[in-house]
Amino acid sequence: MKKKFTFNKQLLIPLAAILLLTVFNLIADPSFFAIKLDQNSAGDPVLSGNLITILDYGSELAILAIGMTLVTAATGGQDISVGATIAIAGSVILRVLCGTDSRPETLQAPVIVAFLVACVVSMVFGAFNGVLVAHFKIQPMVATLILFTAGRSIAAWINNNELPVISEPSFAYYGNFIPGIPVPTPFFIAIICMIITALVLRFTTLGLYTQSVGINENSSKLNGINPVFVKFITFVILGLCVAVCGLIKVSRISTINYSVIAKDIEMDAILAVALGGNALSGGKFNMTASILGAYVIQYLTTTLYKFQVQSTALPAYKAVVVIILVVASAPVVREWVAGVWKKRKAKHQVKEAN
Amino acid sequence: MKKRILALLMAMVMVFAMAACGKGEDDGLIKVGIINNDPNESGYRTANDADMKKMFTEANGYSASFAYSLKNDEQIQAAQKFIQDGVDYLLLSAAGTAGWDSVLKEAQEAGVQVILFDRTIDADPSLYVASIVSDMAKEGQTAVDWLKGQDLAEYNVIHLQGVMGSAAQIGRSGALDAEVAANANWNLVTQQTAEWSAEKAQQIVQSVIDAGTSFNVIYAENDDMAKGAVAALDKANISHGVGKDVIIMGFDCNKWALQELLAKNWNYDGQCNPFQAGYIDEIIKKLEAGETITEKTIIMDEKGFDANTITEEDVNNYGI
Amino acid sequence: MKDENIVLKMRNIHKSFPGVRALQGVDFTLCEGEIHALMGENGAGKSTLIKVLTGVYTKDEGDIFIKGTEKAVAIRSPQEAQKVGISTVYQEITLCPNLSVAENMYIGRGSSMVQNWKKMNADADKILQSLDIPAKATQQLASCSLAVQQMVAIARAVDMECKVLILDEPTSSLDEQEVEKLFKLMRDLKKKGVGIIFVTHFLDQVYEVCDKITVLRDGQLVGEYEIENLPRVQLVSKMLGKDLDDMADIKGEQEVYDKEDASELVFEAEGLVSDAGIKPFNFNIKKGEVNGFTGLLGSGRSECVRAIFGADRVVGGTVKKNGKTVKITKPIEAMKNGIAYLPEDRKRDGIVGDLSVRENIVLALQVKKGFFKPFTKAEAYKFADEYIKLLGIKTASADTPIKSLSGGNQQKVIVARWLLTHPEYLILDEPTRGIDIGTKIDIQKLVLKLASEGMSITFISSETDEMLRTCSRLVVMRDRKVVGELSGEDLTQNMIMNTIAGGE
Repeated sequence: MKKKFTFNKQLLIPLAAILLLTVFNLIADPSFFAIKLDQNSAGDPVLSGNLITILDYGSELAILAIGMTLVTAATGGQDISVGATIAIAGSVILRVLCGTDSRPETLQAPVIVAFLVACVVSMVFGAFNGVLVAHFKIQPMVATLILFTAGRSIAAWINNNELPVISEPSFAYYGNFIPGIPVPTPFFIAIICMIITALVLRFTTLGLYTQSVGINENSSKLNGINPVFVKFITFVILGLCVAVCGLIKVSRISTINYSVIAKDIEMDAILAVALGGNALSGGKFNMTASILGAYVIQYLTTTLYKFQVQSTALPAYKAVVVIILVVASAPVVREWVAGVWKKRKAKHQVKEAN
Repeated sequence: MKKRILALLMAMVMVFAMAACGKGEDDGLIKVGIINNDPNESGYRTANDADMKKMFTEANGYSASFAYSLKNDEQIQAAQKFIQDGVDYLLLSAAGTAGWDSVLKEAQEAGVQVILFDRTIDADPSLYVASIVSDMAKEGQTAVDWLKGQDLAEYNVIHLQGVMGSAAQIGRSGALDAEVAANANWNLVTQQTAEWSAEKAQQIVQSVIDAGTSFNVIYAENDDMAKGAVAALDKANISHGVGKDVIIMGFDCNKWALQELLAKNWNYDGQCNPFQAGYIDEIIKKLEAGETITEKTIIMDEKGFDANTITEEDVNNYGI
Repeated sequence: MKDENIVLKMRNIHKSFPGVRALQGVDFTLCEGEIHALMGENGAGKSTLIKVLTGVYTKDEGDIFIKGTEKAVAIRSPQEAQKVGISTVYQEITLCPNLSVAENMYIGRGSSMVQNWKKMNADADKILQSLDIPAKATQQLASCSLAVQQMVAIARAVDMECKVLILDEPTSSLDEQEVEKLFKLMRDLKKKGVGIIFVTHFLDQVYEVCDKITVLRDGQLVGEYEIENLPRVQLVSKMLGKDLDDMADIKGEQEVYDKEDASELVFEAEGLVSDAGIKPFNFNIKKGEVNGFTGLLGSGRSECVRAIFGADRVVGGTVKKNGKTVKITKPIEAMKNGIAYLPEDRKRDGIVGDLSVRENIVLALQVKKGFFKPFTKAEAYKFADEYIKLLGIKTASADTPIKSLSGGNQQKVIVARWLLTHPEYLILDEPTRGIDIGTKIDIQKLVLKLASEGMSITFISSETDEMLRTCSRLVVMRDRKVVGELSGEDLTQNMIMNTIAGGE
């Protein structure tokens, strides 16, 4: 059997977007790409620069995009409650670390314990969404609307409405830098998540099952797959991604603000999936493209900040990207493009013949 | 038809009788009905609610009932219920400014005195006895005056705004904008809304640092955003605080923020006083003693804390 | 028959689709106060004819005459069909369940923007009363039973002053009492002079309520018959296109089924019943046997095999595999017991369209193998290439999405998928439908070859001669019930048709 390297066409969309942004930045201000090695206030070496910022903040989005891609593939819908469940996960982490005192001098539990508790809680909330979607056949957007609305109140309730602050510096490592390592920690966490995902996709049939269920549920069922369980499990996996993201978020500033933490992040996560060229109606997916999509969004955000676009205007620019994507993937446009392409090819051939 | 009117009349009589009972039942306690916004809304509101609960207790001579909502119509319903219950005082932090006239008239007719706190409303001032509010513009002015007093040669300010259009944002931005317009050595390096969010503030400041622009003041319109900004500075090893490269200014006086001041990591924190209960208590005492209230609008004392002068005591007294 | 009674006349109707001549010179005549059954197997042209009549398709050729107009009418849209008095009630109820009965009856009909609700409700009640429909005008439609909803749909049609009422499979989701109610309504309408075209696949219902039958086959008119002049067996023979006497048995030299020899039963079912509306049935198959379920479309043959595979919810009965009682309620359990099932509707239940041929081939074996034991790409390619060659699947590569293959090749991929699981018992439900002759013969040959190697196979096909060619035993079904079993000498076209027709 001859092995062929086939370049996946789906990667074209995020790569083209990266190219476009890079060209724009090169022309507008090449200093955008400058990277410096400095020391931070604790005296440790850290890299800084726009590219590092993209790696840093794009990573949390990339982690979410992994789960969101699976949910999208299996259910043909999206989870819009991730922002609110990040608030819950973050709140749980702080609650475990703080115990009863909201301003502890020392951590009341190891961070890993807090993180694991948050994982369990997030997966339970993921399972809640999963049951609504898979078992009760509620549209994903509608089902997750429940936690989208209630999640932040639940997060506030977990800490009795108090705003815990962690003063222990080691807690900040997860969202910032580990002393001595100049690359932001979230990037490493994202790499770990990607490796785990790659292993899971390689050593289980999760990819085949989710795609199969997303494309043809009837057929999957007759092939012995349990579509209800497959859909359910994708939400649980997304719950795990949410917990990781929650850890990074609360670690960045060592505290939480229930109403604004991870606000609107669900839209970015969904956009990452779409930018990866994955159909939001489910079915086939390409995980690499989704992850690239996540970094592209952060690239766009950072570029806009760099040029001092008002942050309130950011959603408008993202909306433009969405419009371009949606229009480009509409069947009408695709047919038209294919038609034009054919014609040009035909003309070319005629010319050659002459 | 006649029957209906009769029934209605009887119902009304019963309501009045019950209201009268409420009043007549004299156990020496002053009945207050308190309508507030949802305490989950913000740290400010949580502190405000806790302060109210602490003040209006039976030990202090009050019998208090609470109602919470972020919606005007629900608040109005709650007000009607309190009037029916025959409270002596109605304390109100309105969710919206409009639509209160008729229910306040009802209160007046029933002999219920109304005291507004935290927020004003669009209604005839004769309908309430007093209104205890913060002056956000003054908060901003106090902060800017403090900053001016630092006598820097040049002011290169990163201005992190709250959610655009909110009363706090408008008030706190106004003073700074005016000062920047008036002085040639005051510049805005960037003026962005981080929507009260620490993460957004961190990203905005990060982008300024990445761009290599220099600055020496961060004027954040709440503590969260100041915290986010400081996180970005720490990452880039830019020193901040008393006697350092960048002046950090925040608002709201969260306890943890005041502790930062105490540690001299921040320079200034402006108070947005949530402790209105003491003022209200004073007014009620005056009214009960038969005095009249001359000043309708009472603007609360709001401090601005300087890292150089703040004390442990201040942190405990004013931190929320 | 007097000409002035004729309410609808269709003459020499032609309609072609790319590659298919769906209607070739079909005539159809409907009189006032007549219930006229339109019969034919799948692909006979019934639904095309109905769609031409209701303006969903435009005919290529031919004329349609309606009583009251001299000239042929042109029907270019469903709205125009309604205007000339042709109303249709479809199998799936197309009303709005959350609106009231009256609203459903009048929705989208008034030309004015103003609606007199009181009058509308009063009018609706009058019509419901006159038709004896047990529903109130103001009642929400969803609160009515399915039969009543169907009747409301009919009432809506009737009130549009229709002359011709088309009922397309109206009884398929109703139970017996509900069907009775519907028939009463149909008879009432008949008395009022409405001409009704009744499309159904239930033979008993045709003989209970209809006056005349028009039979189509392969897009052509077979004939129009008075019901009393057409015995059931004749009807079946006309629908299937086999003359009763033309019974040169094609069956070759394959083994004759031996009833006595029960030693090697691979699969047995007793009183098996699912929630898909079939009556409990008994069934068994021996090692190396090819048997089949036969019956008209909708007789329940697919539902039987789905019950065996656990594809529908099994609600009763016991099954044995190789003599041991086993539990099969889900497809995965059937697969673990060595059963494979190729479903009837390839597009809906078979292919996973966007996935590659390779993934489609390994899917079932992969699921059987387990979640944590995926095949490597190399293994998957090996399997795929092996079966692409074995079955002669025409595909650009193993990576081509299955949806871009032709129907026949898609079917071969699905066959490959199940052969790869090396089943002991293979169920093929209409494996030859909609595919070219060459592939059909390939599949039949394959079935016989596999059986000779010891696989047990249940083969279902709408084409009786295919079944006769391959099966040594046939289970005959009518109206969702097993009505007979034929083997050996009895296995002839004549007997099959007689058994399907039953009744007489």
